[in-house]
Amino acid sequence: MFQAFVIQALVTGGVYALLAVGFSLIFGVARMVNLAHTSFLMLAAYGMFYTTYRLGLDVFTAILISLVATVIIGLVSYKLFIDRIREHEVTVMLITLALASIFQESMILAFGAHFREAPTLIPGYVEIIGVKVSYQHLLTIAVVAVVLLGIWLLLSKTKLGIAIRATAQDTEVANLMGINVSGILLVAMGIAAALAAIAGIVVAPLWVVFPYMWMSPLVMIMAIVVLGGLGSIKGSLIGAFIIGLVEVAVVFYLPGGAFLRGAIALLVMVIILVFRPEGLYGIVFEEERL
Amino acid sequence: MLRRLFKDFQGDVLAIPGRLIAFIFLIALFFIPLITQESYILFIFILVNIFVIFAVSWDFISGYTGQVNFGHAFFFGVAAYTAALLSKYLGLQPWATIPIGAVAATLAGVLMCLPALRLRGPYLSLVTLAMPLILLGVIKAFPDVTGGEHGISGLPPLSDSRMADYYIALLIMIGSVLIMWKLTDAKSGLVRTGIILHAIREDEIAARATGINTIRYKLLAFIIGGFFAGLAGALYAHFLRIAGPSSLDLMLSFQAIIWTVFGGIVSIYGAVVGVYLLYPLMELLRQFNIPVWPGSEIMFSDLRFLIFSAMVIAILLFMPEGIAVWIRDKMERECPRCKLSNASWRRTCRACGASLY
Repeated sequence: MFQAFVIQALVTGGVYALLAVGFSLIFGVARMVNLAHTSFLMLAAYGMFYTTYRLGLDVFTAILISLVATVIIGLVSYKLFIDRIREHEVTVMLITLALASIFQESMILAFGAHFREAPTLIPGYVEIIGVKVSYQHLLTIAVVAVVLLGIWLLLSKTKLGIAIRATAQDTEVANLMGINVSGILLVAMGIAAALAAIAGIVVAPLWVVFPYMWMSPLVMIMAIVVLGGLGSIKGSLIGAFIIGLVEVAVVFYLPGGAFLRGAIALLVMVIILVFRPEGLYGIVFEEERL
Repeated sequence: MLRRLFKDFQGDVLAIPGRLIAFIFLIALFFIPLITQESYILFIFILVNIFVIFAVSWDFISGYTGQVNFGHAFFFGVAAYTAALLSKYLGLQPWATIPIGAVAATLAGVLMCLPALRLRGPYLSLVTLAMPLILLGVIKAFPDVTGGEHGISGLPPLSDSRMADYYIALLIMIGSVLIMWKLTDAKSGLVRTGIILHAIREDEIAARATGINTIRYKLLAFIIGGFFAGLAGALYAHFLRIAGPSSLDLMLSFQAIIWTVFGGIVSIYGAVVGVYLLYPLMELLRQFNIPVWPGSEIMFSDLRFLIFSAMVIAILLFMPEGIAVWIRDKMERECPRCKLSNASWRRTCRACGASLY
C-alpha cells in the first residue's frame, strides 16, 4: 500500500512538474498566463491515440509525430493570436481560453466525446518490494527526471538558456543587449508546448484520453505555480511535488477522497498564499507603473 | 417640474445616440411579452436578464478595481445553494430565500476578500479561481445534504406564470444595473465611489497617497458585487427550480468574463450588451439543425462552441476594448473644451460651440 502510494505520488507530481515548469517558463518570459497550456497535453494524447490505433504506426514514429505536431500547433497559435496583444493580460487569458475551447471542440468533432485509451509504451510490470509496478509508471518517472534535468542544463549552461533568463528578468534591457526578444519568446513557447506534449505522451496510457481532460490538470498546475511563486522554475518543481503528494494522499487515505482531492490541494495553496503572498520562491516583481 | 424633466431628457438622452439607443432598448424590453407569448422566447430572455446581473456584477468587482476575479461563480453558487437548502429544509418561499441567498453571497464576498486583500495580479486571480472549486469538492463529498452531482431540485417557482417571471427578472435586472451604474459613475455628484474605484484601478499607490483607504473600497467592491451576483444566483435557482454543481462551474465564471470583455470592460453597459448579444446567439445556434454541407453528419448546432470561441478571438483581436465601446466611440465624440459627449456627426459642441475637429 505505502509503496504504491509513493509510486503514484511520484508519477502525479512528476507529470505536474513537467506541465508547471512549462507554464512557469512562458509566464516568466512573456508574462502571459497561458490557459491553453494543458490542452497541448490533450492534443499530444490524441495524437498518440490517432497515430497508433487509427493509422497503425509504430510507437516511436507516433511519439515523433505527436510531439512535432503539438509544438507546431503551439507556435502557430502563439504567432497568430497572442503575439500582437501580449500587453493586455486579461485579453491574453481569454484568448488562450478560447483556443483551449477550440482544440477541445475540434477533438470532439474529429473523435467524438468518448473515453479513449492510448498505447502503453512498454507493456508489463516489475515487482519491487512486494508491489507490482508497471513499466509505464517507471518510464514516466524516468522521462520526467531526464527531461527536467535537460531543461535545467539548458537554462543554466547554454547561451540560449542565459538569453531566456535575461529576457525573463527584463525584456527591454535584454533587447538592448542584442537579444532577439521575439525569437526568444517563440523559443520559450516551443519549449513549453514540447514539455506539455511530452507529459501528454507518457501519461496518456495512465489517464483516460477524452476532450475535457485538460481542465482538471489546468487548475492543479495553476495552483502549483502560484504556490511555488509565479515565474520561478524551482518553485514550480517543489510545488508540483507538494500538490501531487497531497492529492494522492487524499485519494489514498481519506473516505470520499476522489471528490475532495482537488479541493484540498487548492486549500493548501490558499493557506500558503495567505501567509506568503508571493508564493514559496516567488520573485516580487517591481510594481509595474505607467 | 415636468418641463424641466423633459428638458433634462432632451439634453442628456436625445442628444447622445448611445443613450438614446439604450433608452429605446429599455422601453422595448417591457413590450416583449406583448409581442410574443411563446414560452421558450420568454424563457431565454429571463435567463438573459439574470445573467446580465451576473456579468455586470463581475464588471463591478473586476473591471472597476482591476482585481480580475476568476471565481465569480462562487457567489452565484453560494446563493443558489443557500436558497435551495433553505427552501428544502425550512420550507421558506422565494421572497425570503432570494434576499437571504444574496446576503450569504455577500458574506462569501467578505470571505474571498481575506486572501484577496493581501494578493494582487495573477495571484489574486488564481486564488479566486480556487474558491468555487473547493466548495464544489465539499458539495460532492457530502451528497446526503447537498444532493451531490444531481443537486437539489423541486424548489418553489418564482411565480405562477412565465410572464410574471419575466417582469420580476426584468425589474430586478434594471434595478441592479442602475444601482451599480450609479455607484461606478465617476461624474456623479451624489456618490464618490465611482471616481475612487477608477482611481484605484488606474494607480493604487497614488490613490492611497491621496488619503483614500483603498482596502475599504476593495472590500466594498467585493461586498456589493458579491451581493448582486448572489441575487442572480438565487433568482436562477428559483427560476429553474434546481440548484446543482453547474452553478459553481469553472465555465460559468469564464462566461461572465467573456460576456463582459466582449461587450466592453469597465463600462457596465458593455456587460449588458455582451450578454444580450452572445446568450441568444448561442441559443439560436443550438436550434440550427442544418448539416454543414449537404449529406454530412455534422450539424451547425454541433459547431456552436467552435463558432463562439472563434468569434470571441476575432472580437478580442480587432476590437480589444469591446464591441459596445467600439460602437459608442464611432457614434459619439467628446468635446475637447468642455468634455461633454456629442453625436459624432455634429461639427460643433452642443453646449459650448467649440469645433469638434
